[in-house]
Amino acid sequence: MANVSMLDIDGISVVYQTTQGPLLALRALDLKVEKGQFVSVIGSSGCGKSTLLRVVSGLMSVSEGSARLSGSAITGPRSDVGIVFQQPTLLPWKTVIDNVLVPIRALGLPIANYRARAEELLELVGLGKFANHLPRELSGGMQQRAGIARGLIHDPAVLLMDEPFAALDALTRERMTMELQSIWLNTRKTVVFITHSIPEAVFLADKIVVLSGRPGTKILEVPVDIARPRTLETLASPEFGKIANQLREMLGASSAMH
Amino acid sequence: MTKLKAYSVSVISITCFLLIWHFGTKWSGVPSYLLPGPIEVAKSAWVLYSTGLIFPHIGITLTQMLLGYFLGCIIAFLLGALVAEFVLAERILFPYVVGFQSMPKVALAPLLLVWFGFGMTFKVVLVALICFFPMFINTMTGLRSANPDLVDLYRAFSAPRWLIFWDVKLPSAANSIFAGLQISIVLGLIGTVVGEFLAARQGLGHLIQSSSMNFDVGAMFTSVFTLSLIGVLANFAVRSVYRKVVYWEKTTLTAPVSGH
Repeated sequence: MANVSMLDIDGISVVYQTTQGPLLALRALDLKVEKGQFVSVIGSSGCGKSTLLRVVSGLMSVSEGSARLSGSAITGPRSDVGIVFQQPTLLPWKTVIDNVLVPIRALGLPIANYRARAEELLELVGLGKFANHLPRELSGGMQQRAGIARGLIHDPAVLLMDEPFAALDALTRERMTMELQSIWLNTRKTVVFITHSIPEAVFLADKIVVLSGRPGTKILEVPVDIARPRTLETLASPEFGKIANQLREMLGASSAMH
Repeated sequence: MTKLKAYSVSVISITCFLLIWHFGTKWSGVPSYLLPGPIEVAKSAWVLYSTGLIFPHIGITLTQMLLGYFLGCIIAFLLGALVAEFVLAERILFPYVVGFQSMPKVALAPLLLVWFGFGMTFKVVLVALICFFPMFINTMTGLRSANPDLVDLYRAFSAPRWLIFWDVKLPSAANSIFAGLQISIVLGLIGTVVGEFLAARQGLGHLIQSSSMNFDVGAMFTSVFTLSLIGVLANFAVRSVYRKVVYWEKTTLTAPVSGH
């Protein structure tokens, strides 16, 4: 089974029941993510990105099609998924390290066995000295890094990131993008990275998937064959510009249709 | 303004108030059995406190207030949690909550008197009933205000329901629950006094009433001031517990406004 994708989404449609009647959030969406691949998903608001996230984490079931993660169908909450939210979403009453250990606690695994790993991860995201601080003592960027460490603690098959830098200021955002690349180069996790930002998507990804607006469906898939590690110079390179322009045109066209 | 300056303004204000009260009653010719001056009140307070006559009254009032408060708040917390967690519980309980909420609970006092008699039970039940609603509503809304992303995070790992409640919902509700505790303690004190007005052999409410029969206005003032002191201390106690329990909040509990 060497050719099976880590995440294999095959023609899924998702319908929400709202007070105004059924609402189609995703339509016939295909998405394949190989093991160790970094895939950016980009699209305008309301393209069903969060729905996609909820489907993969097993919090929402599909109306049509199938979703499989490391070979098994997603039917309910999945413990082999890591999630990083748009907001850091830390528990204000727990220390940073206890926040990182939340998935372990929720899974009912012995916390003591994972403490060393939590410390390593905090070191990896540059928060080694802040393990015993409360979240409010950290800046927004540091909180989001703690969120990334939390997403990795249980060694998930796939890490889902839902616009993780959207709430940060432009400078922190750029730095975090760089840091995410180095974290990824260190861990080689399978990542699905949802974003609104074209440069962010291109800079980080091996492959970019463009979704159209409501109902969300795939309108383009672009491979990004730029050598790693990518640097600030990459942002000015012609191949980067070419892909970015292609995305810009595609997104402009899809929003003009609505 | 520096802290010292702020305090000195308060001290000056209180001194002025006492002076106006003293000379006002002295010069206006209002007889002291209607409005005693601060010195007469102080004398009367000295008698009540130095002889220890007032202590059993304070003891009874405190006991009734605290018993009723804890009874009402604990039941309110449990039911509030039940309603917040289970839709079925909400469907069953909510019509009654809406119905009772707008009812002035003290209006039930004579009925409770018939049911529970003149003893302590009557006052404890009255206080519990009065404390119930602010605590119930605050617990319920607080538990429901938990960040849905945090709840999803736990749910994504199939965390048991009690763990989500304990780790996420309960701490999220802490501010709201303490606001409920603070409103309830003030209302509970009012309830105790109303209960003691209606039927009591002891307690500060009873002392106010019996002093009123004897035209002992000094004792009335002393009782009223003692009640305010109890109110202030109770409020302070709730705030101190809040600061200890809700250690992750930088802000202090703001005094809730409750129209009564």
